Formats: sequence, structure tokens, C-alpha cells
Amino acid sequence: MNVGRTRAMSALALGALLASTIFPGVATAAPARASLMDIENNVMCVVCDEPLSVAQSPQAYQERDFIRGLIAKGETKAQIERALVANYGIAVLGKPPAHGFNLTVYILPPAIVAAGIVLLAFTLPRWRRRVRAGAADEDPEQPKISPAEQHRLDEELSHFAG
Amino acid sequence: MRRFLIPGIVVAVAVALLALLAFGINSQGINSSIDNALARGIHPALPNSSLSLPVLGSSRSESVADFRGKVVVVNVFASWCPPCAAEAPILTQEQRTLAGHGGTIVGITYEDNASASELFVRQQHITYPVLRDVNTNLVNSWGVDGVPETFVLNRQGKVVALDRKQLGGSWLAQTVAPLLGLPS
Repeated sequence: MNVGRTRAMSALALGALLASTIFPGVATAAPARASLMDIENNVMCVVCDEPLSVAQSPQAYQERDFIRGLIAKGETKAQIERALVANYGIAVLGKPPAHGFNLTVYILPPAIVAAGIVLLAFTLPRWRRRVRAGAADEDPEQPKISPAEQHRLDEELSHFAG
Repeated sequence: MRRFLIPGIVVAVAVALLALLAFGINSQGINSSIDNALARGIHPALPNSSLSLPVLGSSRSESVADFRGKVVVVNVFASWCPPCAAEAPILTQEQRTLAGHGGTIVGITYEDNASASELFVRQQHITYPVLRDVNTNLVNSWGVDGVPETFVLNRQGKVVALDRKQLGGSWLAQTVAPLLGLPS
């Protein structure tokens, strides 16, 4: 009985451990604390038009101080990004929101890749057929000229044979 | 006819992408229409001046057009900008003259967070209204691509002069005085 209970408890503990490994977000209820490094990589220095992580302008330093202040207040990454947008505008986001002209950023690259694949799907078989046909033309077993033409050629060549 | 189909599609897509690129580059460009008009001796209206913006430190909204009838000096600034701090005494001095003669300065913050702007306003003893152009939609339409920049408007809301750098000397006082009917 005791052995059975111990095994059941062990299985339960093992299951919980596995679950926490596979689904870490479910296991930890509280959101992870935001870090300056993480946010810096996802936002822009709005004046210098480069990622905040590499920007060195006075505005970038101010933006970093602003983020540090919000982190110190315990705000999450999402809350900090909302505050950044409220203060510096939508241009502060590294990835623009998917509406209006910004949609082209999200739609165009996959559309171009898809169009390229479709184009290749149509043209590659045709190219392969053409290459195969070309190779067949060069087959030595295939007659290149008609017997009449061959006869005429031999006659012409015989004049030069001496 | 069929043999031209795929090259035709490829060319059409390439042209469409180039057109998109041209549109993108054009929409990012700096608007210099005010500078060009002033260079021709024309006093243009300030574009989008009726756009309402939040007033710094308040829940109200105001637009530059709300000040029509007054001589208005619009100063675009940011708290992180040392030249803006350097020119602030000139503006606060000029505000005293303007306030007594039916005029005002209107500050507009540029790529700045509200708390830093408020601190700047306190430190520089700024008493004129300050608006927040968070997405820079308004100032972009004036060709602003840095700070500080200053626009002088007459009582009809037309741009009389602008300075796209740090204010210095007596340029502002000399530009504003005739608009107020004062000797320059």
C-alpha cells in the first residue's frame, strides 16, 4: 500500500516537474520582470532612427532613463511599451503596428517569397523539359540529317578527297 | 503571346515594388514648403494648425489655431536638447513682451516624455502654454526634423519668419516687434 502511494506521489512530482519545464509560462503565474536590455532591443531611438540598444544620442539616454524609471516602478514590458508609445509616438516601436501602410512590412516579404515559389513551380518544369529536349537532340543515335542530305554531303566531300 | 506572360508579370511586380519604394522614400522626406514660400516672399499659413494637441500638465487639448488673433511664436523643443535649454531665457524674456501686447509663445514638445518636459518647463521658468505633439504629425508637416525650431506667426496665423536652429542675439525680438506695433 505504502509502496503504491510512494510511487503515485513520485509520478505526480515527476509530472509537475515535466509540466513546469514544458510550460514555464503556466507554472509561473507572475509575469517576468522587464529588463532594459530586452526592451532596448525592441524599441527605437525616435530621433536617430536606430535601435535604442545602439543609439548614443541625448534623446536615447533620456529614453533609457524613462524606461529604467518604469522598470523600477515594477511595470511589465507591455506596460512600458505602451508608456513609450504614449510619450514618443508609435515610431518608438521597433516593429510597426500592422495597419495602414505598415501592413506592407508584414505582407510584402511573404508575398514576394510566395510569388517566387509559384514562378519557380511554373518555370522549372518547363526549363527541365527544354533541357531534356535539347539533350535528346544531341543524342548520337538520332539522325542529324536526312539520307538525301547525307548523300549530297558525301558527294561534295568526295571532290576534296583527291 | 504566352511567352511574354511571365516576363510581363515579373516586370509589373518590379515596377510596383519600385513605385512602393518611391512612395515610402517620398513620405519620409522633409517638407520644405514653408521655407520655399518664405523665400519667395509669401507668408504661408501654418499647415494643420487646427490640429488639437494635449496641453502639457493638463487634460485639455488646444491647437495653434486657437491662438489666432494674437502674434504667436511657436517654439518646438525637447528637454533632452541642450540648445533648447540655451535659448529658453530668450523665449521667457520675449514672452513678457508678447503677453503685454496681445501675443504669446506656444511651446511644442518634440520626441520627449511628458515628465521630462514638465521638469524642463519648471527649470526654465516657462509660463507659456506647451502642447505635446506625441507622434510628431503636426511638426513633421512643418518640415521640423530636429530641435529647436521657431516659427513666428502674425495675427492672421500666417508664418512671417522661421529659425530652424537655436535662437541667438536679438533675431526674435526684432522679428516680433513690428508685428506687435512696437519699434524694432
